[in-house]
Amino acid sequence: MNLKPETLAKIEAVIPRYPVKRSAALPLLHLVQEDAGYIADEAVEWIAAKLDLQPINIYELVTFYPMFRRKPGGRRIIKVCRTLSCALAGSYKTAEAFKAAFNCGLDETSPDGEVTIEFVECLASCGTAPVVMIDETLHEKVDGERARALAVEIRQAGGPASAPTA
Amino acid sequence: MTAPAQTDLVTVVIDGKEIAVPKGTNIIEAASRLGIEIPHYCYHPKLSVVGNCRMCLVEMGMPMIDRGSGKPILDDHGGQKIGWMPRPAIACATAAVPGMQIRTTTELVKQCREGVMEFLLVNHPLDCPICDQAGECRLQEFATDYGRGYSRFIEEKNVKPKRTRLGPRVMLDDERCILCSRCIRFCQEVPKDDVLGFVDRGSYSTLTCYPGKQLENNYSLNTVDICPVGALTSTDFRFKMRVWFLKQTPSIDTESSVGANTFVWAREGKIYRITPRRNDAVNDTWMADSGRELYQQVEAEDRLNACHASGKPVPAPEALQAAVALLKEGKTAIVGSARASLEEQFLLKKVARAAGGAPVHLVAHTGEGDGLLVSADRTPNLRGALLTGLIDTLPPASLEALGAAIDAGEVQTLVVVREDLLAAGLTEAQLERVRIIHLDTHRRPGLERAAVVLAGLTVFEKAGSFVNQQFRVQKFQKAVPGPGGAAEDLFLLATLAAELGGESMPSTPASVWQAMAAEIAAFRGMTFAGIPDDGVVVEAGRLAELPFVEGESLHYKPAAEAAGV
Amino acid sequence: MPVQETRLIFKHIDAAGYTNDLDCYLRHGGYEILRKAVQQKPEELCEEVMKSGVRGRGGAGFPCGMKWKFLDRKSGKPIYLICNADESEPGTFKDRQIIHKDPHQLIEGILISCYAIQAKTAFIYIRGEFPEGARILERAIEEARSKNLCGDNILGSGYSVEIFVHRGAGAYICGEETGLIESLEGKRPYPRIKPPFFPAVLGLYQCPTAVNNVETLCHVKHVIDMGGEEYAKIGTPGNSGTRILCVSGHVQKPGYYEFACGDLTLGQLIHDVCGGLRPGRSLKAVIPGGSSAKILRAGERYTGKLKDGSSFDWGLEDIPMDFDSLMAVGSMAGSGGVIVMDDSTDMVEALANINAFYAHESCGQCTPCREGSLWMKKITTRMSHGQARQEDVDLLGNVADQIAGRTICAFGEACSWPTQSFVLKFRDEFLNKARAQAGAASTNGNGAVPLI
Ligand SMILES: Cc1cc2nc3c(=O)[nH]c(=O)nc-3n(C[C@H](O)[C@H](O)[C@H](O)COP(=O)(O)O)c2cc1C
Ligand code: SF4
Ligand code: SF4
Ligand code: FES
Ligand code: FES
Repeated sequence: MNLKPETLAKIEAVIPRYPVKRSAALPLLHLVQEDAGYIADEAVEWIAAKLDLQPINIYELVTFYPMFRRKPGGRRIIKVCRTLSCALAGSYKTAEAFKAAFNCGLDETSPDGEVTIEFVECLASCGTAPVVMIDETLHEKVDGERARALAVEIRQAGGPASAPTA
Repeated sequence: MTAPAQTDLVTVVIDGKEIAVPKGTNIIEAASRLGIEIPHYCYHPKLSVVGNCRMCLVEMGMPMIDRGSGKPILDDHGGQKIGWMPRPAIACATAAVPGMQIRTTTELVKQCREGVMEFLLVNHPLDCPICDQAGECRLQEFATDYGRGYSRFIEEKNVKPKRTRLGPRVMLDDERCILCSRCIRFCQEVPKDDVLGFVDRGSYSTLTCYPGKQLENNYSLNTVDICPVGALTSTDFRFKMRVWFLKQTPSIDTESSVGANTFVWAREGKIYRITPRRNDAVNDTWMADSGRELYQQVEAEDRLNACHASGKPVPAPEALQAAVALLKEGKTAIVGSARASLEEQFLLKKVARAAGGAPVHLVAHTGEGDGLLVSADRTPNLRGALLTGLIDTLPPASLEALGAAIDAGEVQTLVVVREDLLAAGLTEAQLERVRIIHLDTHRRPGLERAAVVLAGLTVFEKAGSFVNQQFRVQKFQKAVPGPGGAAEDLFLLATLAAELGGESMPSTPASVWQAMAAEIAAFRGMTFAGIPDDGVVVEAGRLAELPFVEGESLHYKPAAEAAGV
Repeated sequence: MPVQETRLIFKHIDAAGYTNDLDCYLRHGGYEILRKAVQQKPEELCEEVMKSGVRGRGGAGFPCGMKWKFLDRKSGKPIYLICNADESEPGTFKDRQIIHKDPHQLIEGILISCYAIQAKTAFIYIRGEFPEGARILERAIEEARSKNLCGDNILGSGYSVEIFVHRGAGAYICGEETGLIESLEGKRPYPRIKPPFFPAVLGLYQCPTAVNNVETLCHVKHVIDMGGEEYAKIGTPGNSGTRILCVSGHVQKPGYYEFACGDLTLGQLIHDVCGGLRPGRSLKAVIPGGSSAKILRAGERYTGKLKDGSSFDWGLEDIPMDFDSLMAVGSMAGSGGVIVMDDSTDMVEALANINAFYAHESCGQCTPCREGSLWMKKITTRMSHGQARQEDVDLLGNVADQIAGRTICAFGEACSWPTQSFVLKFRDEFLNKARAQAGAASTNGNGAVPLI
């Protein structure tokens, strides 16, 4: 495992927070994914060993929680909320706009490697539907038009200006 | 045996019938004592309770009490009114408490079972005709009882991996798996080999072995036993035989002094598999994979199919005559066996006495214990040899003392029961100096040197008993006939003792037991027929204090540890 | 008379100049209540919470004081507090506001609650999709620690407590308290069977544990501030305090609003507070308490008796937005997520959308929910895509009936209530779908957007 020193330091810091090591499984998965972009098999085994667990114990988690990626994604991850309030506000059209803009389907990475587009369930911002998360930033009221604008921003180096969150 | 104190019992009413059960007993077990079957998949008496299949839903009620006065609320007939819970409860996780009422035959319960059955079948391949679990499948069984008989599901079924090799002995068909998690819990809780788990979620949840690992621990086949459907199958038993053709015979696993209780499954003289037989005091519902392969001895390449005298196959009586002739010359020593049955050991002792008090040697067979059901003592009946007085100390690791006696010219004839003398530490030169009468089931190195070979039977081909590490006498029964040229060990030994000593000898387990009960204090009052299916612990007296090699196993603690030393 | 918001929890949310740092919070009187609380006996605080009658804001509406009373204090094991910040019930977006915009209010609520139940460790389980929220909380905890409001011997009281933030990773079931506990223990978030695993007795690490929603813990702060009896004067008996309502869907001004419980009706909420429907549209249906709550149809009349014995006769828009009233009309206040649908909505598609959520989120542990949720999704998706059958409506209802009440956790109800209520109340529309199946996939072509 080739983790950055900062990541390793954070890992060491988080484990003792819990009276039972196993509790640090999710925090470690997050830290490794933030560092490496996804959770490789090697990472599963490394985390298991770190927490005195069996690899299957971590594998069971990685495959349960959709936020963990088993393979690298695009440079940016676009998550379009598809649940009712967003759908009522047109999120399926928002997704279409992104798909067209990047020429790829759902759960796919665009041919140019710029983005991976996914549907996700309610992001708890239904009042500003439709909402989209690009990496860690929430974008509100993203209709088709706004999606196309965001796509342009993404393609320009540096990506979209962060919209206010919350 | 002490009966549980009255205060430990609670009375519950199931379908109108009262039953008193120990406090904490769950409703599935309580009902089964009344002969009421509550169908279930995920519950297993020897595993943790997770309540995931929902097949065991029942209606539950409690006697009503007036909150204000604390007095019982009575119904029109003067009985205590029952407050029935609006929702059904799972019987597997419901512990009996005093006054609890359970209904298992109501419309709601029926609907619950039908609902669960329908749900379990919507994504199931329904390939029973080609499934080798047929006949032992709880899904198939309950589908007949609670199934709709037709499908309301017209959508596409989920697709999952089929025919995955989980390990050297176990195959998995994920489409048949009902996600009960019994196999996962078993691996975690019994052999503590956490390799199985579920991946993905919801209806797409899939049982998997961690990629790169295998389900290969020595208990892997127990998962096949407890899988309630045909998802886990044994690579060995697969497709060989439909279970309903097979006859089960109770037997004992001979691989160590644990003496796991088993069933031997056979048809027309051929054994197809060995499975564990429940004994809560010995092996619960488990056994080791290694013990399941032992039936292969029966038809092994090197099986002794005939008795021999002077290197030639002869009928058993002829071989016995040759043996008696040798023994009558005197200077006999005996190598007994902790693999022989209790009855055989008793008769061998008689042979030793008749042969002028021939010294009896035994050799230890030890290995590493696994803490579960394979102990460090790799023989099934060392305690038997002690109880019968065949030996009075723990056997050494090699036959050095015998070797010295041979070197000193004290031994002319050697009776050997089921031992490999070279492996046990005698030298070629020492063997050259003695004439050997060898009773065994399989050829061993140097056997051609034996003057007389007596072909005996494996544990599967005869009846008898062993005394396990707990000093528990356990019976095994004959599952298949032995090879034509072999003879009952008891007959062989009884004949030798009788011919030498001039008095008649018992030669069946029942008759040997009569003699043992008369002669051996620990067996007083016992009969072969009277030994219960789960065995009986006998009083071992000082013998129990010997420094046996075994460490702790599933239901055994070494004497020192048990005493808290 | 226009209804007035009563902003207790959201007092500072979106207020000009209010920031989420400690200085700002202290300037607005922050942590004064904690300071007073640690001078009191823990039991007294519990007593105040009991008297306040404050009910859980996470969904089930269980009285917080009672929940704390059930904590097993005799076991000698440590007691844990878990703040449920998983906010995943579709239609709900209040906890997000508190976390992002007023985190110290939550931290203060947690500290007071910890002290009241004598917990030495609290975990905030925050959904994975709130990375920014997690950072804000971490920072807020550090700020509090730097002022000795958290950590060892807080405010010189001799009482020590640690708060940790723990992130989820995209699973609705982690909002269910025992699923949450399993997740926090590093396992698959399979909800536990109850009995025996009631969190108050056998919770986190098999120790007594109180699991409370973000908003609930904020209310505790105000209860201790005002005193239980005073707090209970807000709202109506049995429905004390304020309630944050999150409105989304087809209204002009979706958003979050805080009212004294029972102060306003659903009609007032939609028309007066949220600016009514889009022009030219009429109200079709409302889901009043998060997507799990049973749907209410415009034009229905609800009659019956309330707990206090008074009878009611309401139209949809007359229903007071409190726990008991919504229960009385066969739905629930749940998490406070109000989803409004106008006449452009295709109800089959709307249900298909909800069913897709539940099929995706079922943990898969128990048979009825695991298989039933996906089956319902498959049926409604097929119906939405032009292959509806007459018999589907009864089949759907029956599949849902085979789930509710028979599962390990309340997800079973959560996933079957939508289907049960949709097919009951919009039966005509489901049957029409089948009749019109030769036609367009959507029966509400007039300006509707696809929902599945
Ligand atoms: C499927 C399911 C999802 C839930 N999701 C949440 C949630 O996201 N947030 C929450 O606070 N409570 C949620 N709950 C309710 C919790 O189980 C629990 O009742 C709540 O956290 C208790 O807090 P309270 O008493 O303060 O409301 C959920 C319950 C169920 C059955
Ligand atoms: S393989 Fe068998 S035992 Fe294991 S979970 Fe599936 S059905 Fe249960
Ligand atoms: S009801 Fe659903 S979510 Fe809850 S335990 Fe069962 S399968 Fe999991
Ligand atoms: S439905 Fe999209 S944020 Fe809630
Ligand atoms: S046996 Fe599976 S739930 Fe009880």
